[in-house]
Amino acid sequence: MARTIQSLERAAAMLRLLAGGERRLGLSEVAAALGLAKGTAHGILRTLQQEGFVEQDAASGRYQLGAEMLRLGQSYLDVNELRARALVWTDDLARSSGESVHLGVLHQSGVLIVHHVFRPDDSRQVLEVGAMQPLHSTALGKVLAAYDPVAHAEAVEGGREAFTDRTVTKAEEFEAVLDLTRARGWASDIEETWAGVASVAAPIHNRRRMPVGAVGVTGAVERVCDGAGLRSRLVAAVRDCARAVSRDLGAGRF
Amino acid sequence: MTDAHTAGPFIAAIDQGTTSSRCIVFDTDGRIVAVDQKEHEQIFPKPGWVEHDAAEIWTNVRQVVDGAVEKAGITAADVKAIGITNQRETTLLWDKATGEPVHNAIVWQDTRTDALCRELGRNVGKDRFRRETGLPLASYFAGPKIRWLLDNVDGLRERAEAGEILFGTMDSWVIWNLTGGPDGGVHVTDVTNASRTMLMNLHTLEWDPKILNSMGVPAAVLPEIRSSAEVYGEAKSGVLAGVPVASALGDQQAALFGQTCFEEGEAKSTYGTGTFLLMNTAGTPVNSYHGLVTTVGYRIGDQAPVYALEGSIAITGALVQWMRDQMGLINSAAEIETLASSVEDNGGAYFVPAFSGLFAPYWRDDARGVIAGLTRYVTKAHIARAVLEATAWQTREITDAMRKDSGTELASLKVDGGMTSNNLLMQTLADVLDAPVVRPLVAETTCLGAAYAAGLAVGYWPDTDALRANWRRAAEWTPRMDAADRQREYKNWLKAVERTMGWLENDEQEH
Repeated sequence: MARTIQSLERAAAMLRLLAGGERRLGLSEVAAALGLAKGTAHGILRTLQQEGFVEQDAASGRYQLGAEMLRLGQSYLDVNELRARALVWTDDLARSSGESVHLGVLHQSGVLIVHHVFRPDDSRQVLEVGAMQPLHSTALGKVLAAYDPVAHAEAVEGGREAFTDRTVTKAEEFEAVLDLTRARGWASDIEETWAGVASVAAPIHNRRRMPVGAVGVTGAVERVCDGAGLRSRLVAAVRDCARAVSRDLGAGRF
Repeated sequence: MTDAHTAGPFIAAIDQGTTSSRCIVFDTDGRIVAVDQKEHEQIFPKPGWVEHDAAEIWTNVRQVVDGAVEKAGITAADVKAIGITNQRETTLLWDKATGEPVHNAIVWQDTRTDALCRELGRNVGKDRFRRETGLPLASYFAGPKIRWLLDNVDGLRERAEAGEILFGTMDSWVIWNLTGGPDGGVHVTDVTNASRTMLMNLHTLEWDPKILNSMGVPAAVLPEIRSSAEVYGEAKSGVLAGVPVASALGDQQAALFGQTCFEEGEAKSTYGTGTFLLMNTAGTPVNSYHGLVTTVGYRIGDQAPVYALEGSIAITGALVQWMRDQMGLINSAAEIETLASSVEDNGGAYFVPAFSGLFAPYWRDDARGVIAGLTRYVTKAHIARAVLEATAWQTREITDAMRKDSGTELASLKVDGGMTSNNLLMQTLADVLDAPVVRPLVAETTCLGAAYAAGLAVGYWPDTDALRANWRRAAEWTPRMDAADRQREYKNWLKAVERTMGWLENDEQEH
């Protein structure tokens, strides 16, 4: 048998001890139960506490299992939950930007639209929930490919069809776009998927900083762009919205 | 958001709701500038009884007004008017001289007046006052609750008759306190709240002396009935001192107003734990022969009143909660859609959640919930689908009743409330109604309605056309269901409904 790591074994024993019923234990009880010196036990408990696996009650100083233990068991974020959490923020984004808002997640080798807020004018629009968009050319897709390794693999291995003469299809150029996306925290699509249409999107993270989706605004290129590209006011509004949804999902401020 | 809000002035709306009090500050576009909210205690002294501490509510209202104004970074000078919307029918009596409530407020859900309502029906039954008030005798409404308090609080009837006691629903309580309380507070209510007391005549919009007499309520306790949009007085203290208090609307009527349903036949449906559907019937109080309630929709200043038909569904969102909490089939309410979407149809299963009987349009106390059409083929995903369809079909039954009563065809349904984030439900709703379902951009239609009415009263907005111009479509679901499928499914639903009836025997008590 391969050599094992003693402190991990001790940490696992502590978690089992704390999981034994609805109880809180003090430091000396934990140390005594596992036959450890108090200092050793304290060091392990503090590490587990930092990782969120253990919580310390402020009043009594006793330890119990942390919320992170529960989250490990249910890490998958339901897309309908994501929509419910995003609803007020995406409404606000549509109102402040005057453009339509889409929320997308990775599905197979594309972007699945899970929420769509109409452009707030009185024009007829069709709800696009359930539609698929390409990963490599849309702002939503680029954000997912930049932050989610699975989406990245799909986009790199996929065909990268040229929808317009502005679509980035070459591998090195595409990687450079993703590098830029990660560096500035948002992606754009200026007539790379549809002629006359531009969009900007930013990533939504969950409480463990995992990318779970992307949110963006889309509109006529004349409205959403100025001489320098996407209007900075729109970029800021989209990023604010993405941060607000992420915060609602439990991600820390960043 | 990063972009600057339009500079002031603003309107502040107070929503004194069943579980919390909120204050929202709106700008001229109807956009939310700041929100503050505080929950209050739900008091359950006995099974079926629900009370609120009115003093706690007033304290919370003051706090959320302070909170919202502070978050907005504005002062009283930036606020043109205060609007009020409130949980309807919740009943309070208080001492005129001290402002002290004589008893906890009796909440609309409280059923202590069940027996009293049967007694008040005498040989006529629950429709005894329907012609005058538009309402059936039911424990929700305020009149019988006043009577219960007068009968059960020591010495209260004598003090009430001597003019020492004031009655109010939560709109009256908040306005009276805002405008000075014992020190010159204005004792008023609006037509929409008054229409839920069972004491107001729908045609004259005055307290009905005959009903007051039958119900045993002295006129001395009653507030003056005013329109929904006019200046009642000025705030006397707090951060908004000096600002006009300029609207009051019951919560469902406020949502109708916020959804800008100003034309005859326009309807809104609010999807929460239960669902309330209101349809504008313009200047006519339409009598319902199909189990709906006739109510005042709103009245702007000295304009003619606008009436509405109302249908309520007891269990909609509550059924999803039941699937989560009692059945454990889902972890969150949103997951019902994921589960339901994993199958193409209901697999032949229909779920009628008549947990406490059937409400509109049937009104059958003896009904209990049923899941019909079960076979070995049916999975939990089919049941999840049946759960969502139950909300859609129950809505269809209400809109059918409205069409029969009013003769008006539903052109489209404006929706709000938490369940509107459920895309499958909204599509199903459009399919079974065979009408477009539209979600507005501002979800807070209740507060917005109160703000709109207050803004109209002080000239912040010129007219209802300006409010309509503010309305924005955030999403629209159009019918995609084949007519023959719709007909077959509706027939199956009605068969399932039939199977809920008569579950309780005559002599059985409710369980």
